[in-house]
Amino acid sequence: MASHAEEPDRRDFLTLAGGAFATVGGAMALWPFIHQMNPDASTQALASVEVDLSPIKEGQAITVMWRGKPVFIRNRTPAEVEQAGKVELAALSDRSARNDLLPEKTPAEDANRVKKGRENWLVLVGVCTHLGCIPKGQSLADSKGDFGGWFCPCHGSHYDMSGRIRKGPAPRNLDVPPYEFVGDSKVKIG
Amino acid sequence: MSGHESSFVPKSRFGKFMDERLPIARMMHGQFVDFPTPRNLNYWWTFGGILSFCLVAQIVTGVVLAMHYVPTAKDAFDSVEAIRRDVNYGWLIRSIHAVGGSMFFLAVYLHIFRGLYYGSYKAPREVLWILGVFIYLAMMATAFLGYTLPWGQMSFWGATVITNFFSAIPVVGTAVVQWLWGGYAVTGVTLNRFYSLHYLLPFVIAGLSMLHIWALHVAGQNNPTGLEVKSRADTLPMTPYAIAKDIFALAVFVTLFAWFVFFAPDYLGHADNYIEANPLSTPPHIVPEWYFLPFYAILRAVPSKLGGVLLMFAAVAILAFVSWLDTSRVRSTKFRPIYRWFFWLFVATCLALGYLGSKPAEGVYVLWARAFTAYYFLHFLLVMPLVGLIETPSKLPRSIAESVLGSGSSAAGATAGAMSAPEKR
Repeated sequence: MASHAEEPDRRDFLTLAGGAFATVGGAMALWPFIHQMNPDASTQALASVEVDLSPIKEGQAITVMWRGKPVFIRNRTPAEVEQAGKVELAALSDRSARNDLLPEKTPAEDANRVKKGRENWLVLVGVCTHLGCIPKGQSLADSKGDFGGWFCPCHGSHYDMSGRIRKGPAPRNLDVPPYEFVGDSKVKIG
Repeated sequence: MSGHESSFVPKSRFGKFMDERLPIARMMHGQFVDFPTPRNLNYWWTFGGILSFCLVAQIVTGVVLAMHYVPTAKDAFDSVEAIRRDVNYGWLIRSIHAVGGSMFFLAVYLHIFRGLYYGSYKAPREVLWILGVFIYLAMMATAFLGYTLPWGQMSFWGATVITNFFSAIPVVGTAVVQWLWGGYAVTGVTLNRFYSLHYLLPFVIAGLSMLHIWALHVAGQNNPTGLEVKSRADTLPMTPYAIAKDIFALAVFVTLFAWFVFFAPDYLGHADNYIEANPLSTPPHIVPEWYFLPFYAILRAVPSKLGGVLLMFAAVAILAFVSWLDTSRVRSTKFRPIYRWFFWLFVATCLALGYLGSKPAEGVYVLWARAFTAYYFLHFLLVMPLVGLIETPSKLPRSIAESVLGSGSSAAGATAGAMSAPEKR
């Protein structure tokens, strides 16, 4: 052991520098092995889908796939639109519109979850925000929950006619994906 | 390993040659042949051996299944069906592996309750116990990953729900889940990596088990009285005494195992898993395998996503702290007149949570799940610390030998004050 008075010698320097080199290098070498698990280039290529809306009659809904996830497209009746619009913000547990095209803070009014002039069309990512199940409510025979929209059978989350969480363990409203109308009767998601 | 000296005597020339170079035979002899085991071990102490058997059985059948299984979204389901129908003896090997998972958990639960009843987590066995908790965690991860592989509806939706637990993490949750999935939903990419990890983790379990056995052989086994070994009179050599008991218990266990394999290979599984995975349709009632049901009940008892997930993980993590939560001076619940009642209440709570986990999360089931979840945690956080302080233990035998042979025969080795705090040997 070198005494305290001694100057650090070359061996001390090499040990310290070598140790630091190995530590930093080791940590950096770790990243490729972690990052390889992230979505790869083909998955990331943001695919978009075009959907023909003309066969969807009032009150009907269809499910399409986008990025491996189901997307709900619902043609709401005027009564349903009116009912969704009347809900007070205070009655909602998640007050954010969760619309990918609007800022995070946008209030969760029905008008902020649809396109102006096309209020009957509701487009949602059909994945329960609790643990990722697909809520029931798309087909006419399904249970639509206590608020007339969707009901997730896994852990009992109820969504309303605007896809907003009203009851149950889910923390967020159903997400509205980025989409736009192409012409009169088509919608492009993504 | 421990202070115990192996009495190994190499007989052949080769044995002598090896003994001077790599004394494996000496080590094995010392640890598993003449190793001193408490003479009062009962059948609850046979689950260590049974669990070793389970791990070996899962690895052997698993390696063989991997020769026929195809980890892609397109072929996984069909390849498992082909294993059951076309591969020679595939029906047998696949059933052993699938039933084996359940039997592994059955044995580990009995092993854990044994440890909790007899205070096997108390000093000087804290590290031994915590290693056991790690093994249990690794088992849960392995079982979850393995259940995904047949790519049925329950596989797919179980994987979706469980990976989504991590989306409850604030801020980075979504990024973590997409990292686990390798995409924006559970897909064949996810299946492929789960297969890789399912193959890896059993070897981690094997490594942890070796540390577990090492720690066991340093501290020595606990026993039904919870007393420390004080003299040679308290112990018997592991072979043949403890080993004979282990072998008989294993035979009984394997009989039950075989009954499931041959007569009810799917009884412990779920019928929905024979429907191929469909990302567009969630089964109306998702339930995990039976061994996860208590934790599933805890998850669903909480009306908040993050809260439910945290509480569920806490239910496992809290096991790692019992060495310090339990304030009792004696180890074995046999001598704890008050705690004994709470112990059985805890067992009943776990069973009740298991039942509730299999029921839909609505109405009265949720209320009961909340009540039992509350007791689950109160047992660790309130009962264990408090009962240990207020309870007067009943009279302990003076030594392990006395507890088996009666007071006359043990006088030689026994010392006074057998009770109480652990002591160094």
